[in-house]
Parts: sequence; C-alpha cells; structure tokens
Amino acid sequence: MDIVSIALPALGDAAGLILQPIVLGYLVLGVVMGLCIGVFPGLGGIAGLSLLLPFMFGMEPVLGLALMIGMVAVVPTSDTFASVLMGIPGSSASQATVLDGFPMAKKGEAARALSAAFASSLFGGLVGAAFLTVFILVARPIVLEFRTPELLMITVFGLSMVGILAGRVALKGIAAAGLGMMIGTIGEGDSAGELRMATYDMPYLVDGLKLVIVGLGIFAIPEIVALLRQDRAIADRKPLGGGWMTGVRDWFKNIWLSVRCSIIGVVVGVIPGLGGSVVDWIAYGHSVQTTKDKSKFGSGEIRGVIGPESSNNAKEGGGLVPTLLFGIPGSGSMAIFIGAIALLGSGNIEVGPSMLKNNLDITYAIVWLLALANVVGTLICIAASGGIARLTTIPFALLAPFLFMIISFAAFQSGQDIMDLVALFAIGFLGIMMRRFDWSRPAFLIGFVLSNPAETYANQAVQIAQSRFRKSFEDGIDYIFSPIVIVLIIITLISIVVGLRQAKTIMAEGAVESGAKRAPLIFLLVVLGYLTIAFVNAAMIPDYAAADRVFPRFVAGVSIVACLILLVQMMMRAETHPLFADRETSDADTNAHGLWSTLAWFAGLLILTSLMGFILALAIFLFAFIKLRAGRSVVFAAAYTLAGIAFMCFMAGLLNRDFPPGLLQSFIDLPWPLT
Amino acid sequence: MRKFETTRRVAMGVVAAVAATFAVNANAGGHGIDLEGKTVEWVIPFSETGGSAKWANFYAPLLSEALPGNPTVVVKFMPGAGSTKGANWFQEQTYEDGTLIFGSSGSTQFPYLLGDPRVRYEYNDWNVVLASGTGGVAYLPPDLAGKMDGLDASGLQDTDFIYGSQGATRLDLVPLLAWEMLGLNVEPVFGIKGRGDGRLMFERGEANIDYQTSSSYLKGVTPLVEGGTAVPMMSWGALDADGNIVRDPTFPDMPTFKEVCDATAGCETSGEKWDAWKAFFVAGFPAQKMVFLPAGASKDAMVTYTKAFEDIKARADFAEISSGRLGVYPQMTGEEATGALSSATQVPDAAKEFVVNWLSERYGVTLN
Repeated sequence: MDIVSIALPALGDAAGLILQPIVLGYLVLGVVMGLCIGVFPGLGGIAGLSLLLPFMFGMEPVLGLALMIGMVAVVPTSDTFASVLMGIPGSSASQATVLDGFPMAKKGEAARALSAAFASSLFGGLVGAAFLTVFILVARPIVLEFRTPELLMITVFGLSMVGILAGRVALKGIAAAGLGMMIGTIGEGDSAGELRMATYDMPYLVDGLKLVIVGLGIFAIPEIVALLRQDRAIADRKPLGGGWMTGVRDWFKNIWLSVRCSIIGVVVGVIPGLGGSVVDWIAYGHSVQTTKDKSKFGSGEIRGVIGPESSNNAKEGGGLVPTLLFGIPGSGSMAIFIGAIALLGSGNIEVGPSMLKNNLDITYAIVWLLALANVVGTLICIAASGGIARLTTIPFALLAPFLFMIISFAAFQSGQDIMDLVALFAIGFLGIMMRRFDWSRPAFLIGFVLSNPAETYANQAVQIAQSRFRKSFEDGIDYIFSPIVIVLIIITLISIVVGLRQAKTIMAEGAVESGAKRAPLIFLLVVLGYLTIAFVNAAMIPDYAAADRVFPRFVAGVSIVACLILLVQMMMRAETHPLFADRETSDADTNAHGLWSTLAWFAGLLILTSLMGFILALAIFLFAFIKLRAGRSVVFAAAYTLAGIAFMCFMAGLLNRDFPPGLLQSFIDLPWPLT
Repeated sequence: MRKFETTRRVAMGVVAAVAATFAVNANAGGHGIDLEGKTVEWVIPFSETGGSAKWANFYAPLLSEALPGNPTVVVKFMPGAGSTKGANWFQEQTYEDGTLIFGSSGSTQFPYLLGDPRVRYEYNDWNVVLASGTGGVAYLPPDLAGKMDGLDASGLQDTDFIYGSQGATRLDLVPLLAWEMLGLNVEPVFGIKGRGDGRLMFERGEANIDYQTSSSYLKGVTPLVEGGTAVPMMSWGALDADGNIVRDPTFPDMPTFKEVCDATAGCETSGEKWDAWKAFFVAGFPAQKMVFLPAGASKDAMVTYTKAFEDIKARADFAEISSGRLGVYPQMTGEEATGALSSATQVPDAAKEFVVNWLSERYGVTLN
C-alpha cells in the first residue's frame, strides 16, 4: 500500500525534478569536474566534494545535488585512466585495476582495457542505482522505526569493518581506527562541553578537526608526496591502440562476473564507513577465485579489470544507502556529501530518516541522478578518451604544485584560518607515516568519521534508557533490545569474525615489504605516546562532565592495549615480519627524491604563508618549485605561477573569501588578494 | 565549475542591476556615508546552516538596495566556539569606512551574560543598528498534553520528561528553567547539534517534550500538530512597549508561559526565579539577533545604517516578504534597538547569580 500510494508518485516527481535542461547541465558539469578529479592521481571524491562545498550554500537543492552526484558517480569511472595508463591508482577505488590494466596497456591493449572497464563501470553504476531504488522502497518502513539505539548499532557495525581493513596485522588496524576516533574527539565534548586535547588558548582546536582536512591529509597528501618522489618520466606515452569493441565484447562475455562483482560492490558500499578502499580488492579476489585459468592474472587478464571496475561504481549506489537512510556516512566522501546537503537551499533537507519521510522526491532524484551520471560519465570517457589520456602524460612534478594549491585552498575553506593549513600539514604528515608503515588509513578515517556519532548516540541511548528503566524494567529492555537492534548485533558479530578471517587476503593498499626494526618502532612509540596523553587528558575530566570522559577514555584504553601488545610482538619477532612493514624499503629503487626534501617544499609553503600571507607565499612556492624541482625555464615557471595565482583569485573572488594572512599583513595593509 | 559560477555571477549581476534601478536613494549626500562601489562585509559568527545565516541572507540584498551607493553586501561566515570566536574577532576590529558589520545572536549573548571566560568581547563597545526579535513554542505529545487541565500544568508533574538539548548554558536555559518552574521533571539529553535534531528525537518518540523557535515551529512542528502527533503547550510570549510579557503576535491563540505559570500551583510569576527567567528570556528572544558596527563607528555611519534598515522596514512589501522568513516580530532600529540591546545584555546581578548557581547545582556546569 505504502509503495503504491507514496513511493511511486515520489519516483515520478523525482523524474520530473531532474529532467530539466538546467539540471542536466549541472549534472554534465559535475561529471566533467569529476572526470578531471578522477584522472589526477591522488585526488578522489573527498577532494572533489570539498572543493564544491563552499558553492553549495543557498543553491537550488536539485542543482546542487546534480553537481555533486555527477562528480561522485564518475570518479570511479575516470580514475581508470590513471590506473591503466600510468599504473597509478587514480583514486583508492581502482587500485586493483592497476594489476591487470597496466600490463594490458604495456602490451598495447590500453583501449581494450579501458573500454572493458567503462562498460563494467556503467553496468555497475546502473546496478547500484537500481539497488538503491529497491532498497529505499523496502527499507523505508523499517528505517522510520529507527531510534537512537538502532542508530548506535549501525555506527558500531560500521566500526566493526575495521577488522576487514586491518590488513596483515589486525592489531595495527585496531590501533589505527582508535587513533582516528581519538583525533575525532579533539575539541569540545558534545554532552557537557568539556575540552579534550584542546585549550581555549587555541580556539582552533576547540571545534575539533574538520573532515575535509583529515580526509585530504590522510589520503590525498601522502599519495601526492609519494608520486612526487618517484618523479615519473614523461616519455612513456603509449598509443591507446585499437580494440574498443573488443573490450565491450570482453565485458559481455564476462557479464555474469560483472553482475556478481556489482553486487559485491553494492553490498560492501552499504556497510557504513567502509567505502571504496577495499571493494576493488574484494572484487579482484573474487575474479581470481572464479577464473579457471589463473595464470594470466597480473600480466593482463581482462577479468581482472572487469571485476574491480564493476564493483567500484556499484559501491556508490550502495554507499548512498546508509548516507541517505540513516544520515551515517557510507565513506569519507559521503560524510562531506552530508555536510553539503545541509547547505543546499534554505537548509531544510536533513539526511536521514526524516528525508525519507519528508523529501522522498529528493531522495529519488538522487537515485536518478546517480544512474544518469554513470551513463553520461561513460559516454564522455569514451568520446574524449584520447584527450583525457593525454592528461595522464603530464609529468607529476608539474601537476603536484597545482594539486597542492587546490588542496590547500579546499582545506582553508573549512575554517578560514591559517591553522587549517597547519592542521592539513600535520595530518598529512601522519598520513605519510601511516602509509609508510602500512597502518590502515581507511581504518583511521572510519574511526574519525564515526567517532562523533558513536559517542553521541552511545551517551544519548544510555541516558534515555536509564529514564525508561526508571519507569519499568521491561520498558527499558524493550527500548535497548528492539528486534532491529538484535539483528544488527548478530550481523556485527558475523562481520567481525568473517572480516578478521578474510583480512589477511585483502590488502587494502597493496603489499608492503618489511624493513628494519627501528623506524616502525619509533612510529609505534609516537602513536602510543599520543594515545597515553589523550587518555590522561580525558581521565582528568571531572565527574559532573563524565559523559565527555567515558568515550575517549574507553577508546584510548583499548588502543593503548593494542599498541602495547604490538610493542611486545615487535620485541619478539624478526624484522622480516609484516609488523615491520616499511615502504621506504619496498620503494627504495623507485624513489628519486627523499621524503624530507619533498616535505620541505610544503613546509616552506606553510612557513612563507605564516610570514607573508597565502598568495605571496604561493607565488614564491609555485615559481621556485617549477624552476628548481621541475627544472623548467624561468618563463615557463613565471607563466605557471601566474596561471595558478589567477585561478586561486578567481575561485576566492567567486566565493568572497580572503586568503590566510601572515605576519606581514599585520604590519602593512595590502589590497586584496594579498590581505 | 567555471561555467556554473559564471551563470551565478551573471544572475547576481542582474539582481544587482535591478536593485539599483529600483532603489530609492533618498540618503545620498548630506549627512551619512556614501558606499558607492564598495563592498560591505557582514560577518556572521556561525556556519552557513543556522538561523543566523537565514536571517542575514534575508537582509543582505535588501540592505544593498537601501544603503546609499548600493554597495555589494556579502555575508561572511566565521563559525567557531559557538560564535565566541567570531565575536572575539569583531571586538578587535576598529571602524574604518563603514564596510564591516557584525550579526550576533542569542548564543553570543548568553556566554557574555554568564561571564564565560572565553568571552573577550564587550557589547558596550559596539554600535547597534538593528535588533530582530523572535519567539519560541514548547509542545508535547497528545497523550501528555491531555494531562494538562486547561492552563494548569500540575497534571504533568509526575511524568518523566526527556528533552533533546544543545547544552544548558545555551538558549536551552530558557525552556529548561521554565519547565522546572512548572514543577516538571525534565531530563535533558545533551549532544544534539541543533534544534532540528531535538524535533527528530521528539518525532521518534524518544523525547516527550520539546521547544522550537518560531520559524522552525512554523515549518517543522505545525505539520505534526495538524497530523495529531504534537500539541502546542505554550509560547514564551513577547514583550510589549512597557516590557511586559504578552501573547506572541505570531501565535495569538497560544497561552504564554506566564499564563501557564500563573495557573499552575507552585509556579510564581514574581520573585527571584521568575526575574531570572524573564531576564534571560529577554536576552535570548525579543532581541535575539542584532547588527552592529564596530567600535568607534562615526555618527554618520550610524545614521546611514539606521536609515537603511528603516527604509527596509518601510518597504510596502516588507510584511509580506518577511513574515514567511522571519515571522511576525519587531525589527527594531534607532532608540528601540539601543533599548533592546541594553535589556538583552544587562541582566540584573541577582538574576545572573541565580542562573549561575542553578546551572552548577542542577547540571554541574561551572563557568570558569
């Protein structure tokens, strides 16, 4: 009844909402931006959405959604270019594509690999959208029953995914997630307003770190720095080759694989917090398992491309399920998406159960947009593949300063404080170290994203339950252990057991060799040190504000125990053990530049900014980088700098934003944009 | 992004051009400042999602039309520490050419009144040019509302209430104190991010009492009332010219808290507790949002801005365009605004002391 009377008209309304030329125009615009973001290695949905974020305020909701969905949906399609052509994952969702896509490109079959990937992506995207449609229909009555304990269990379920992300050393995954949660508790507590790891003398920390900064710092910066250090040569520009139709035929021959991997993608996407970092590996693993002749994997097996690519587009549809239904982000980029929706229109759309109740047409508009964006994205990818492929041949030394500039600007939008850049640099450094020592960065981000919902829901559920228990024991039990909660507990337990069992075969970030003992040990000790300080800090919160104390103390306690066990293990084990994974060892021969000298460039930008403001600092940074590091002529460097500064001023001008001022600006008044 | 932004830019240009054509530029020249070709920055110490943003975005284009020289008016958001960060920043600014204004809210006033140590701003240094009022409505589920005997709330005193709260030192202080005065046993569940979350908690049946400010009530709760899942309990009321609490003009059929209190045994509309409640109500609602020029603003600038806001109020269509977005509340300028500012920022010491004690005894909140 409900379906016929409410959902079907809403589906129709939604179609009417989006089938307007201007909406489609914004969708195409979003797709084009998503293409660019996806093609550049290191940038994914988080970076793209955070750049769009400041534009969303007050925008017509459907237009803003079209822009954002267009971008989110196409990133997993376009990131294939970098994976296949350069052998670098364009974003975390297409790491597995590299394994067979890149060898195919080397054999001159790039076009075949790409077209098979695009066909799979399109199919996966449509499966994802279809699933979302059905799921919303079926789940809507259940979701409307959700109260705080159910929301808490969904969050806990998301956290339990850390098990599968942990990689070869489960404890490292737990410690990484714990660290992420502790970083997430920094600032004023939600319940009683007590400070955790912050002081009122540093107002910046009181509000806590913003997701934009943590997301960019943990994922984008380490990738950019790593690529920059390798300093790839420009020369290996390979012809795309023919065989576009062959690729599509390959996909059709393996359509059942594509169906299965799409479903895997959807299911993994639905799990809150998990997002795209593992889905391609799971799909790749499935492709290998179900192929009779496994010998060609790793040297150009087309099934190794079709599997991951089917799954990584499908996961966007799945990822929207927790995001739209519960308001709990399905991934890092979805967390930013939630924030962006709050800015749309007059701010009366709230993601979560209320959206299913009051804005069902908007909800379905999102589904339609997702499907449409996948089609448009695939068409553009095929039509413009030659041009887009050329983008991947830009030497990274030229691309990196530009990417870094954009990331800094996006980070600065979150708080409009120079501390935004300091925080970005600090988190970026943490990200680099976590990448180096193979600590799961997705686990860290899940911890960070789910930290606040976990704490708030836990506190509220306890408080409400106490009140119910005072009424009567049965009332309280009914509240806490509703049938939905019990089902969620069972699912969570299963996922932990299965996850830990599977974790060793899924390497979310590829294999890492082990190196010497000292460096990983130092990193562990630093993490342990921070956790200990945070634990003591939380323990000092007085009793009347106990609600702000329980969560950080518990999480820090668990993480400290995990770190201590790791420490003991490190003492016992030989240095070849995966405990001592160190990328500096495995990448030693491909790194052309040292870590510290590369980091020094960015530290330089930061210091200059604090001295003379962002724009002047950026001018010096861009010019010096292009001249000295990229080794270009003075004229080229000057032109590059000019273009970069002009782009920044253009963006800031549109948004009416100032740039971070430095010491210089406190002495002299300078005209905009130097202020 | 470029294409889209150009569209937006063009659209804004068109709006500005239309505005320029129709603006009645009565105040150019003479006394007053001319802002032609300048950009007025209106700093809001909250994020883009809150009520202050909606309020500023309502006024910004009108202000651009009404100011002499039709400057561009841009709203800048400087969120942080519940508006303390932005207000502290504004305190450090000095008057230059009248291109900087600041919008404060109840959440800026309360920490100031309560002597929060983070407050480094001083309202008396600033120059108020507009004060906008609002109101609030408390509501109940139908079964509990049925326990009220007319205006008498004594029937609710044996119920355990749960209320989703943003924090006892925020605007929530006003409803929490009011309910306590009625003898209601209300337990606040802290940690919600905005009043909208409180309403959701009410809708899910986890909270069984809630309040919303007028505009959110009209939008979010009225449908519930029509659907039979919520019943209004009382409004906080509004102030008349003599400073008495009267019925809220937006909700003339709803009793005020004062009426309910009068009818409920044990609740007094005089004495220390009542004075404290009224003082904080006055600070939080009838002059909730104010526009300031920074310290040292010239007389000319004050005159210019006051005139501009008066012109906006005098627009033939003002009632029509504002009622949907701001509610029917006084938008005070000039003397009225100054009066509103002083009643909103000067709470009697006794009231302040009472509330500080009450907060620490009831909620264990200490403000230092």
